[in-house]
Amino acid sequence: MAGLGTQDNPLRIAIVGSGPAGFYAAEALLKVAPAVAVDMFERLASPFGLVRSGVAPDHPKLKEPIHVYQRIAASPGFRFFGNVTIGRDISVAELQGCYHAVIFTCGAQSDRTMDIPGEDLAGSHAATEFVGWYNGHPDYRDRVFDLSGSTAVIVGQGNVAVDVCRILAKTADELRGSDIAAHAFEVLAQSKIRDIVMIGRRGPAQAKFTHPELRELGSLADCDPVVNVRDLDLNAASRAELADKSNRAAQKSYEVLQQFAARPAPTHRRRCHIEFLKTPIELRGKGRLESVMLMHNRLTGEASHQVAEPTGETAELSCSILFRSIGYRGVAMPGVPFDAARGVIPNRDGRVTDGATTVPGLYVSGWIKRGPTGIIGTNREDSVLTVNSLLADLPQFDTAARPGAEGLQALFNARSVRLVSYADWQKIDAAEIRRGEAAGKSREKFTRLQDMLGVLASEEQASAACVAA
Amino acid sequence: MTTVVTDNCQRCRFTDCVAVCPVACFHGDDEMLYIDPETCVDCGACISKCPVEAIYEDPIPPDKQRWIEINAARAPNLPPVESKQAPYPGAEERKKSLGF
Repeated sequence: MAGLGTQDNPLRIAIVGSGPAGFYAAEALLKVAPAVAVDMFERLASPFGLVRSGVAPDHPKLKEPIHVYQRIAASPGFRFFGNVTIGRDISVAELQGCYHAVIFTCGAQSDRTMDIPGEDLAGSHAATEFVGWYNGHPDYRDRVFDLSGSTAVIVGQGNVAVDVCRILAKTADELRGSDIAAHAFEVLAQSKIRDIVMIGRRGPAQAKFTHPELRELGSLADCDPVVNVRDLDLNAASRAELADKSNRAAQKSYEVLQQFAARPAPTHRRRCHIEFLKTPIELRGKGRLESVMLMHNRLTGEASHQVAEPTGETAELSCSILFRSIGYRGVAMPGVPFDAARGVIPNRDGRVTDGATTVPGLYVSGWIKRGPTGIIGTNREDSVLTVNSLLADLPQFDTAARPGAEGLQALFNARSVRLVSYADWQKIDAAEIRRGEAAGKSREKFTRLQDMLGVLASEEQASAACVAA
Repeated sequence: MTTVVTDNCQRCRFTDCVAVCPVACFHGDDEMLYIDPETCVDCGACISKCPVEAIYEDPIPPDKQRWIEINAARAPNLPPVESKQAPYPGAEERKKSLGF
């Protein structure tokens, strides 16, 4: 019997999810030993997770990590299996039977809700759905966002909230040429929104957005940022927070807010209001959203531990559309322990745990491991840590050879799973880029699975015709 | 947009920054690290990782401006540093002397 990690018996690892955490886990695995085989499973027909469907279309530079993932995908020992949902098409137990270990890097596919009356009214949306929609994610292709009113409210003050504000604030000319999905561009180009109101429950010293993203709101073609200078009065605890050396980024954001507050009266067609110390307590409207009731807050507590406490004063703000952007949330994977309170798979150093015990052979990385914090690069460090845990566990692994995806082929066939290989994806990718050229865009994404599979079918027909000729 | 490594990195090279770089844009010589501006995506992930605050992004302060050219000139001609390495001997003392 050949030892594990040899040419005859490679260490076979399945990675579930093809976003940054998945690719960086693959990179770390393929770097360490010569005989590692990584099979990556993705429920969509396209890879790259939130780099493709989360990063805003007008931030093309932040999508460049895709070049790194393309290089990883070209490594010997790496295979991609798209359009297969683990936990539905193939169970985790079936997957485990074919691999020495499984790493879940399936991210946080849902979002946190406000849990207030009226949240289900038409016109009340999750920011994550809007982001998926304008980025061409197939799950959100048919969502309808009514931008015919004058006021949009965004609840939350992280970078996703800023992305939503900016996309709503930009003119058609500013969006044209990005890889924004065509269906979203058409709706946004007709938008009647004039006032965009981004609301945070705490103050300017606690806002989570970062200063480069915030600063962008001040350099848009037809939108002025509006900040009330009174909102920038800080209590002693907030001043102490900003003075802390480790909080330099928040200090920079605060300076940007001061610059916004010092601007002359707005002159542009649109305004983006950044407001603090307010919490939505009710969404109101007959049949659809007409207004949001806001509770005013004050901060109490020690520096770095301040909480928003309601003052009792309320205000009603008319709006026709509202996006909650208060955090992504992980979704349970059937057959794997889940911490429902935190929306993550419980783990120690990336090893999946069930109560006090470790579940052998199961690992996690990325947002499903640590919750929805950090940016693309944070996942590289995180995945290296998880892979280090896996490698440290190798002496405990069953050394019997595993078949990898070949062992699943009968199940794929029986369950009519139409796999999309990396070569297939490259054809879809090339077709998207060709479609974009005509429109002066870097790419025009396919937003429906059948359109992606249609590209593959027509290429197969064309090559069959070539052979016949 | 530009992100640059500056003088505080000299004789420290803690390399915490490289672990979070999504595009492996750090390069190093015997003295310090440099960012290749052609590869860097200006995500800022590295900035808060540096224990001596050597990394700056726009707006880069006037007294650090010269590092833009130095990073651009040196990084492409040096080997990449893709994973965390041991800091230089004496890095902790240097960190203290820099006031961190």
